[in-house]
Amino acid sequence: MNVEREGDYITLSMGPHHPATHGVLRLEVTTDGEVIRACKPDIGYLHRSIEKIGECVEWYQFVPYTDRVDYVCSMNSNHAWVCAVESLLSSSDETRLAIPERAEYIRILFAELNRISSHMVGLGSMTMDMGAFTPFLHALSQREFINDIFEKTCGARLTYNYMCVGGLVRDLHAGAEDEIRAMLKGLEKAMIDFNRLISSNNIFKARLAGVAAVSPEDAISYGLVGPNLRGSGVDFDLRRDKPYGIYERFRFDVPVGKTYAGADGRPGDCYDRYVVRLLEVLESIRICRQALDQMPPASGVEDDPVGGWCAAKAAQKALRKPPVGEVYFRCENPRGETGYHIVSDGTKFPYRVKIRTGSFTAMSIFEKLVPGLMVADLVALIGSFDIVLPEVDR
Amino acid sequence: MALSFDAIFAKVQVRFPSTSAGSAPNGARWVEVPPPDALEVATFLKTDPDLAFDSLCCLSGIDLLKYPAAEKDGPTSDDLVCAYDLHSLEHRHEVRMKVRVPRAHPETPSVESVWGVAGYFEREIFDLLGVEFQGHHDLRRILTPQDWVGHPLRKDYVYPKAYGGVELKREGQTFESGPYK
Repeated sequence: MNVEREGDYITLSMGPHHPATHGVLRLEVTTDGEVIRACKPDIGYLHRSIEKIGECVEWYQFVPYTDRVDYVCSMNSNHAWVCAVESLLSSSDETRLAIPERAEYIRILFAELNRISSHMVGLGSMTMDMGAFTPFLHALSQREFINDIFEKTCGARLTYNYMCVGGLVRDLHAGAEDEIRAMLKGLEKAMIDFNRLISSNNIFKARLAGVAAVSPEDAISYGLVGPNLRGSGVDFDLRRDKPYGIYERFRFDVPVGKTYAGADGRPGDCYDRYVVRLLEVLESIRICRQALDQMPPASGVEDDPVGGWCAAKAAQKALRKPPVGEVYFRCENPRGETGYHIVSDGTKFPYRVKIRTGSFTAMSIFEKLVPGLMVADLVALIGSFDIVLPEVDR
Repeated sequence: MALSFDAIFAKVQVRFPSTSAGSAPNGARWVEVPPPDALEVATFLKTDPDLAFDSLCCLSGIDLLKYPAAEKDGPTSDDLVCAYDLHSLEHRHEVRMKVRVPRAHPETPSVESVWGVAGYFEREIFDLLGVEFQGHHDLRRILTPQDWVGHPLRKDYVYPKAYGGVELKREGQTFESGPYK
């Protein structure tokens, strides 16, 4: 640890290898005793130039790289990329793709399952940062069940590479529907247990209530998205307000922060962000059940427009000569809006791929929000923002 | 009330006659703003009650050096472009604003004072494309190391032979391959 003294202030380096920064993040913190006076995030330790790689690989070859943008919710990252490319292709009649109905449902189903497993990591590691180890194990054990299902279908537990332009790489494995239903039943019970275990715990609540409250104006201006934005009381969810895929067919509520901590809390504090994530898991379970109910049965034919899983031939043809132009497509990921700004010059390589991620923009508010907090509260703040460092640095 | 692109552009055009509307073959449309007016147009887009673009979703930079001309044998450009994707939470409408800066003097005013998040986006574009945002409070590299040379997302970027005394080459592989050989 680097320590520099300047008068009464001490400048310390929190990270890049610190257990509470959830990855390789360095925060340059100037402290006055226990109170932080200034904080400068230093990011880029995990920069793998994914945007540059995007210009050097073909459209469909970029999908595995999107897994690595945010490895906690690879399925959602895949979904955002394929939706962005399909939105570019849809501008011309020659390249427009008809995605099989069943593939659309499986996309939503898996995106929501991945949202649950991502929130499990977020909620679990947040409780662990606050000193409660048991809820972390409860959360992670539920995530394992979801990973088991993903593994059976797509062969991987973390970086799935499951969605492709035109649909999916393969159909669900045999018996998946029943397995998912049984898993959701267990998950719902486990969430009630998780909630009883930690949400009303006095120590946990006291660590989070009133800490690092973000006003709705600041949240919008500093580009907070997803649960962090809704935690500040802004009622905006892309799945409901600007539906992509087939989200308009599902009914679900959008939880927003309402000073859940009671008299000690303030609107938009760490506890609000925690509760919003918790409630979102329940909404995702609802969406998963609706998707399972509405999903057309498998037909066994790959490009069947109803029961198939991929319009592969049409996609291959379209991606050889996509329309010239650009598109900015945004999706609601567990960590908020993930946007792909893609520019096409009509060749089989993208001309420019810009990835806008929720964690990167969340880092921008640190310089403003952190001064005045206690050192221990900084850990709570990082936990409540649920940042994932590969997504910050890309 | 959500406005269409034409209505938004008409409002901007009345106030700032120097702006123009741009479009791409796939139907994408945007408001093109000359660099000196960028800050004022951005402020107008945010503060006008009918527009109220309160969030900056994405700020992306594009190097046009190898982008094909709109018509065959038409003029090409080597400008750098900053594309601001804006969204209004109040009216639920969207618009894209583009600022085109010449390669020789890549300078445009910072919009940090309008949207707080722009500070980080601008640092990223400065780092990867070398656009200088005037008035930014802390314009440093953000993703690459502070002593890195060049701007990696420019289309004429030359890969360094070595960094920090380590040769950047693998057995039988160079960074020269890829579509922009």
